[in-house]
Amino acid sequence: MISVGHYLAVSAVLFTLGVLGIFINRKNIIVILMAIELILLAVNINLVAFSAALGDLVGQVFSMFVLTVAAGEAAIGLAILVIYFRGRGTIAVDDANRMKG
Amino acid sequence: MIQLFAFYLFATIVIASAAMVIFARNPVHSVMWLILAFFNAAGLMLLAGAEFIAMLLVIVYVGAVAVLFLFVVMMLNIDFAELRAGFVRYLPLGALVAIILVAELVFAVGAWQAGGVDLAARAAPAATDTSNIQQIGELLYTRYIFLFEAAGIVLLVAMIGAIVLTHRQRGGVRTQNISAQNRRRPEDATRLVDPGVGQGMEL
Repeated sequence: MISVGHYLAVSAVLFTLGVLGIFINRKNIIVILMAIELILLAVNINLVAFSAALGDLVGQVFSMFVLTVAAGEAAIGLAILVIYFRGRGTIAVDDANRMKG
Repeated sequence: MIQLFAFYLFATIVIASAAMVIFARNPVHSVMWLILAFFNAAGLMLLAGAEFIAMLLVIVYVGAVAVLFLFVVMMLNIDFAELRAGFVRYLPLGALVAIILVAELVFAVGAWQAGGVDLAARAAPAATDTSNIQQIGELLYTRYIFLFEAAGIVLLVAMIGAIVLTHRQRGGVRTQNISAQNRRRPEDATRLVDPGVGQGMEL
């Protein structure tokens, strides 16, 4: 039988892969955004797994809000990427130092 | 038995395609692997009994977010080979962080299983006589209505923000200026003249 631990293991591995993707693709912001989507997907799997295991629907409702934020974040992130590319002709974000941060 | 088989199938494919997302050389291939990962995650959620979230995942992630990524990857003319420089250099640090993170997550899961949760404290117990989507709808449109509207505002702000960021005014094009057309009055645009015979017209 599938226990909640199975789901937690899958989402832990997925989350870790997302974090690793951010680390190893430090220049390519498109893959960084995709890795963030993977992280949010892992969070969603966690929420749904606990919701199903405990018989509590709030987890699924909250998972919907996470989905909303993920969609908005992808739209804004890609818009920023497009204007960054327009200004510089590249998307290498590791030399984004215009604000001297 | 078939459930366990399906779970391991979906879980294996979702993890393998997630690995391919971050290791693929071509970002277009990354997006394709991302779509596969989303489909299989939707399968996992179906197995958990969350049909509505599973369908939402397919519609929102595959139908909107992944296609958005695909558009942007294909629209911009990017030299991806140059972006992969430093891939090997960052790999040891990334692997170290990943190993620490997965160890912590396993530790947290073990601690949760040791602690347990008070089932009587559930906020919205799932009923067994109605479908999943009906229960979610009843919850979402009553107790969480303001949060639902707040989510709508988040989407609206994201939409307006994306348009404002990427919209640009091109110079040198003669577009129709409707407010200028409506502002124009007859007395500004026409005049009546009464020239005498043989005096000609002054333009």
